[in-house]
Order: sequence, then C-alpha cells, then structure tokens
Amino acid sequence: MAEMDTSGGGGHKKGPGVKKGKKLSTRVDLTPMVDLGFLLITFFIFTTTMSQPTAMRLFLPKDVKNPDEQNKVKNSAVITLMLGKSDKIYYYEGDSAAGLKATDFKNVRDIVVDKKRRTDAKDFVVIIKPTVDATYKNTINILDEMTIDGVKRYAMVDISPVEYNYIKATEKANGIN
Amino acid sequence: MGRAKLPRKSTNIDMTAMCDVAFLLLSFFILATKFKPPEALSVITPSSVSTKTAPEKDVVLVTIDKDGKVYLSVSDANVAEKKTMIDAINTSKNIGLSDAEKANFVNIPNAYIGAPFSQLKSYLDKNPEQLRNVIKPGIPAVDSTNNEMIDWFRAAQDAFQGRKMNILVKGDDASKYPSLQGVIIALKKNDLMKFQVVTSPVPPPLGSELYKAQQATGTKAVD
Repeated sequence: MAEMDTSGGGGHKKGPGVKKGKKLSTRVDLTPMVDLGFLLITFFIFTTTMSQPTAMRLFLPKDVKNPDEQNKVKNSAVITLMLGKSDKIYYYEGDSAAGLKATDFKNVRDIVVDKKRRTDAKDFVVIIKPTVDATYKNTINILDEMTIDGVKRYAMVDISPVEYNYIKATEKANGIN
Repeated sequence: MGRAKLPRKSTNIDMTAMCDVAFLLLSFFILATKFKPPEALSVITPSSVSTKTAPEKDVVLVTIDKDGKVYLSVSDANVAEKKTMIDAINTSKNIGLSDAEKANFVNIPNAYIGAPFSQLKSYLDKNPEQLRNVIKPGIPAVDSTNNEMIDWFRAAQDAFQGRKMNILVKGDDASKYPSLQGVIIALKKNDLMKFQVVTSPVPPPLGSELYKAQQATGTKAVD
C-alpha cells in the first residue's frame, strides 16, 4: 500500500539491473502493523459493550382493601390508557369506557400532554391498564412515556372485564384480530 | 532549491502517525471493553429514558423470555444466599434435592432456575451444558393461584435478610403482559414494593417534557 513500486515512474531506483545497495534505509514498513492494529480495533469495537443496561425503577403501591384508605381521583382529571393488541392503545377520559378512542404509541404523547395541559396539575392522574394481549414492551414503553411526559401520578391497574369487552368490540370494528 | 526535484519524490507514506492513531484507539477499546457475559437466556430488553445503570451486586434477576416463561437467577457472588434459598425451597417443598443438585444451582456461574417445583429435581440434575438444549418449562407465575415466584421471592427475602436485595426484572420485548403481571403479584405478596426493570438506554425524545427538564437543569439523572 504505502510501499508502492515506483520503478516504472523513475523513482529512487536507478533503473533495471542497477542495485542501490549502499543507502539502506532505516525505515520500517509499518503497513502490516497498522493493518493488525485496525484489525484488533474492529474486533474490540464489535465485542465491546459500551452502553451498560439501565434500570428503570418501579414502586408498587400497597394493596388497600379498605375503600376509605384508597386514593381518590377526580373523574375529570383522569385519563385511562388501555394497552391492546398489535401495539394499539385505547383511551378514555373520565370514568366511562364507552367513549373509547384508539391510538398508538407514536401519538399517545400528544394525547397525554394535551390532557395534562387541560387539567389541574395536582389532580392529574393517568391510569394504565394493560390487557392480556399487550406485550411486555408495550407496558414498559408506556411507563417510560410517563417519565418522558413528566406525569407525576400514574397507576397500573388491572383491566375490568367490561373494559376488555369494549376493547374487543373496537378491535373487531377496526379489523384487528 | 533551484533544481526542480519534483518527479523524484517517493510515494512512500509515513505510516508512523497512522500506526500511532491505530494503537491509541486500540488501547482505548481494550481498556474500555467489558465482555458480555455468556448469557444462557437471550433477551431483547425494551428501551427507556432511564439513565441509572443496573446494579450488579446482590441481584435477584427475574428473566422473562419471549414465550413469557419466567426464570430466576441470583448474582454469582452471593453464594451463601443462593445456598440458603435452595435449601429453604428444598425443605419447604419437600423436593429432596441431593447436594450435587443443589451445587448445580449454587456453584455454577449464571445458573438459573427454570422449572416448577415438581420438576426441579430433574431440572437441577443436569449441568448447564445439557440444559442449553433442553426445553425449559419456566417457573409458573401466571396468576395468584399457581404462582411459584411467591415462594422464590420469599426464600430470596429470607436469604438476603439485613442486606439490600436488588430485584431486577428483565423481560423480552415480545413477551406478553400476564407474565409480568404474575411477577408483580408475587412481589406484592411478599411486600417487595421496589423493583427495577432492565432496559437499554435511549435519549429522551426532542421537545418532550423530560427533554426540556434535562436541558433546563443540565442534569441527566432520572429515576
């Protein structure tokens, strides 16, 4: 590579048959060394784990049987996100699951931020209800979304059969099986 | 100076500088590298904006694979805790494990439990090489009625008494929610209210609240 044969172009060689002999250069050809260096670099780049896995902390609430001790939320300040099949999210505001709307993970941020803007900060609660069809990734992503959107209060709650039926009906209407 | 010697220039390139750079980079990567431990269970974790690195000490790791099967392992440094755990389970469930079978869990690096109590004896009978090719049933943890994770967490809690136990949940993207739910139920049953989810880091999306907050404070730490 670096040590190109320049005999044709009239380089430092006198010509064919003429040996230079006297002036032996002390130069070492470093090309193989560089080759080896870069080979090893590539190896280490590929094997290295630069990004350590991170951990997301979750705190579970204590199950409270007594309804008096349970947290009360204002109906108007609540948005419920239900995670359905094929990365879809079904959401409703307030306490009636009847007016179900569908969205996905790309657009859920706008919905949450919009609701947050319209609601008093101290009342705002997001309720997350993953269905059995939701994947682990969906669940973690939506919890992460809460961190991204700066939602202070959110809860993960088991879905009720009524709501699940609503989702089933909506999925059927939208052609998701 | 006057004579034009241009055509006589050699095409030799001085490789020394390049060599220097190459080896500088090489030494950096050698020092920065940390080999991935050979993982018996390959799991693709979801990403999150969390910037806290996952703890490595005193870890009780719950792995959920892509089929939703649940596995349990304890960090290799905690030999005493591992032994206490397997002994406790052995006694309380009357499994009748031999010392060799217990040692298979305690002493082998990256050993993990992936079978219900009823099959635990035949599961621990095998060494890790054999286990690699065996279809593992996983620990039943789907609902609260048949949730063996409750017993495992209790055993872990007893074994780690007085020390901080880091419960990590490492789940595969494709696994379904009920597996996670089962693990959460088991945690709640044991009053273990704190756990951590292993994720791969991503920066917060541009323009989001968290992004703005981080820009404003200049910090990167999020919980």
